Amino acid sequence: MLSTLLDNRHVRSVALQVLLLVGFASLLYWLWSNTAENLTARGIHVGFEYLHRQANFPISESVLPYDPSDTFGWAYLVGLTNTAAISLLAIVASTIFGLFIALIRLARNPLASGMAASFVGGVRNMPLIVQLLFWYALATTLLPAPKQAFNPFPGIYLSLRGLYVPSVSLGPYGFAFLVASAALAMTFWRFRQSLPWILRGVSAAGTTLGMFILGTIALEPSVNLPELKGFNFAGGMRLSPEFAALMLGLIIYTSVFISEVVRGGIEAVSRGQSEAGRALGLSERQTMFRIIVPQALRVIIPPMTSQYLSTVKNTTLALAVGYPELGLVVGTVINQTGQAIESIAILLSVFLTISIAVSFFMNWYNARVALVTR
Amino acid sequence: MNYAMAATELVAPRKAPPAKRMPILKVLFGDMLSALLTLGAVAVILSLLPAFRWAVTDAVWLTDDPSACRSGGACWAFIEAKFRFIMFGLYPPGEQWRPATVIALLLGMTLISLSPALWGRKLVYVWAAAVCAMLTLMWGGFAGLSHVSTAKWGGLPVTLLLALLSLGLGFPFAILLALGRRSSLPILRLLSVGLIETVRGLPLVGLLFVASILLPLLLPPELDIDKLGRTLAALTVFSAAYLAEVLRGGLQAIPPGQVEAAQALGIPHWKAIRHIVLPQAIQKVIPPLTNTAIVMVKNTSLVIIVGVFDMLSAGRSAAMDPLWPGPYTEAYLFVGVIYFSICVGISYYARWLELRVKAKDYR
Repeated sequence: MLSTLLDNRHVRSVALQVLLLVGFASLLYWLWSNTAENLTARGIHVGFEYLHRQANFPISESVLPYDPSDTFGWAYLVGLTNTAAISLLAIVASTIFGLFIALIRLARNPLASGMAASFVGGVRNMPLIVQLLFWYALATTLLPAPKQAFNPFPGIYLSLRGLYVPSVSLGPYGFAFLVASAALAMTFWRFRQSLPWILRGVSAAGTTLGMFILGTIALEPSVNLPELKGFNFAGGMRLSPEFAALMLGLIIYTSVFISEVVRGGIEAVSRGQSEAGRALGLSERQTMFRIIVPQALRVIIPPMTSQYLSTVKNTTLALAVGYPELGLVVGTVINQTGQAIESIAILLSVFLTISIAVSFFMNWYNARVALVTR
Repeated sequence: MNYAMAATELVAPRKAPPAKRMPILKVLFGDMLSALLTLGAVAVILSLLPAFRWAVTDAVWLTDDPSACRSGGACWAFIEAKFRFIMFGLYPPGEQWRPATVIALLLGMTLISLSPALWGRKLVYVWAAAVCAMLTLMWGGFAGLSHVSTAKWGGLPVTLLLALLSLGLGFPFAILLALGRRSSLPILRLLSVGLIETVRGLPLVGLLFVASILLPLLLPPELDIDKLGRTLAALTVFSAAYLAEVLRGGLQAIPPGQVEAAQALGIPHWKAIRHIVLPQAIQKVIPPLTNTAIVMVKNTSLVIIVGVFDMLSAGRSAAMDPLWPGPYTEAYLFVGVIYFSICVGISYYARWLELRVKAKDYR
């Protein structure tokens, strides 16, 4: 009786799954009961009330305004926006720089491509955290004092105090103007095909001129140059050594991986495609943008997504150089309050949310550009 | 007769045309773009001159006097003075032959395993025995060897052991997860996908936080695992998830005909998986597996964040010595070069293996 039951495939699979589920549930229960016991033994109270309490610790730099008298909840948000800001900056900059490296590597000049290749090989075989610490050490020990600061371009000073660059402040309507001009540009791009070319040219020139005049009025851009005053700089925008080291390390590391992705994508499009394009009488540009790039993109997009995602995850290494992103804020909060479970749960759920959101978006985008076979 | 005529009329095979060699000037300055690239490359090289001066000409190579390093060049003498510390960390100096033996043993085992001809079950057992031997040697507490707690382990052996153990322990889990993900049982599949994707969606720093801070809360107080063990657990889970995805690629590449043929021959499902599907799948993914190995070697450096004393950590503490003028840059460069040589070594080996596999396929 039992053996016939066990031989039945269906019965066996259901039994196995029930067993699995029970095992998993009891593992979770075991962990939960251990935690409850440990928490009562140590007198730790779990809950999110502490989010409303005053944080009382400083955050050295942030995108959002922050003061130690703000709440823990706000501190997390400040850390999160810092993470978002460095992720975004790193992704944009490394995409551009990575594309540049890939093109140099593919160029037929042996000196340039060899140099690019050795750069790629050197950077990708060293852990990111070593590189971050290296740049940070360079920025905090080997750079000159403010008085002897490097001044490679007017208005840019590099010294132990960090990197000083000119700051541009926007006028009262500056942000609204930027949004409006972006919207206008996108509309124009959308309808560019429906206009005759002469009208297109005239309207483009007219709009650009109009925007420029409007822009100088609306933005009232005031450029503020840093200058040396006493032992430090005044004016301009200061990028801290932490931020500079983090961005430099992250961008160099990421762009090397992006360059490999791009190179792989371009090499995956067979030579025959560009030759066929030429044989059909397409121009060099048409061949590139209508034939090579769409096909290369199809190969490039999935690995590129995972590169972007790992860049977002890599920002947590900012912890090592002391840039206050979410990971560092979480670490500080744990030290201050002992609310380890809640803090780590917040950290993990933020990253899981980002990962899941990005992979959904990328699946959608991938389906859009996927090869349609009939 | 026709054939004979045809034979006499055959044209002798022509020699391949001599490879076209472009004159170097034409290669470097042939057109606008090339010239620009060459000039750019030269500019980059020139801008690196100060770095070269710092690292070579102005550097202090040999000295016992730390204050000689204040001249502005690189202080390589520091690396020489602190070499043992960076390699072995806080391990008692009198006992440092033990971690040295561990490194030698690891190197020897790696050299032995390079040739695929020796791969097999026996080699796995030998490796397991060797790793056990290394751990007991580091741990001590027998035959007159003093016990050294893991809190004092440090430097290169910790880095290497973490990488090796996380990959080795993660691999069996990865196989189970990959099979689970491709299973027809929905609950098994759901659990496997959930675990793999959760771990892959998290930064390793997050997992290390969980291991070092949360794990003591999650486990009963009797089960007290030290920090190194908890870190290793996090690294193992991490590598298992990534290895599982690599293995899934291999499993997907095995045509269903293989399992069907096994079924037709009356081979039980599990035996078919174990002896027919898995060996082929693993062989197919050896190149991406070596890639994961490189990633894990690099990832071990993150344990510095939770305060485990690996090679990077040792380099940083060495540079904190107040006698020396804070030679952090040199310390990180040195540690970076060691990581670089390990990773490049693995990737060259992977390339060689791939060529070998290709050559075998065409035979």
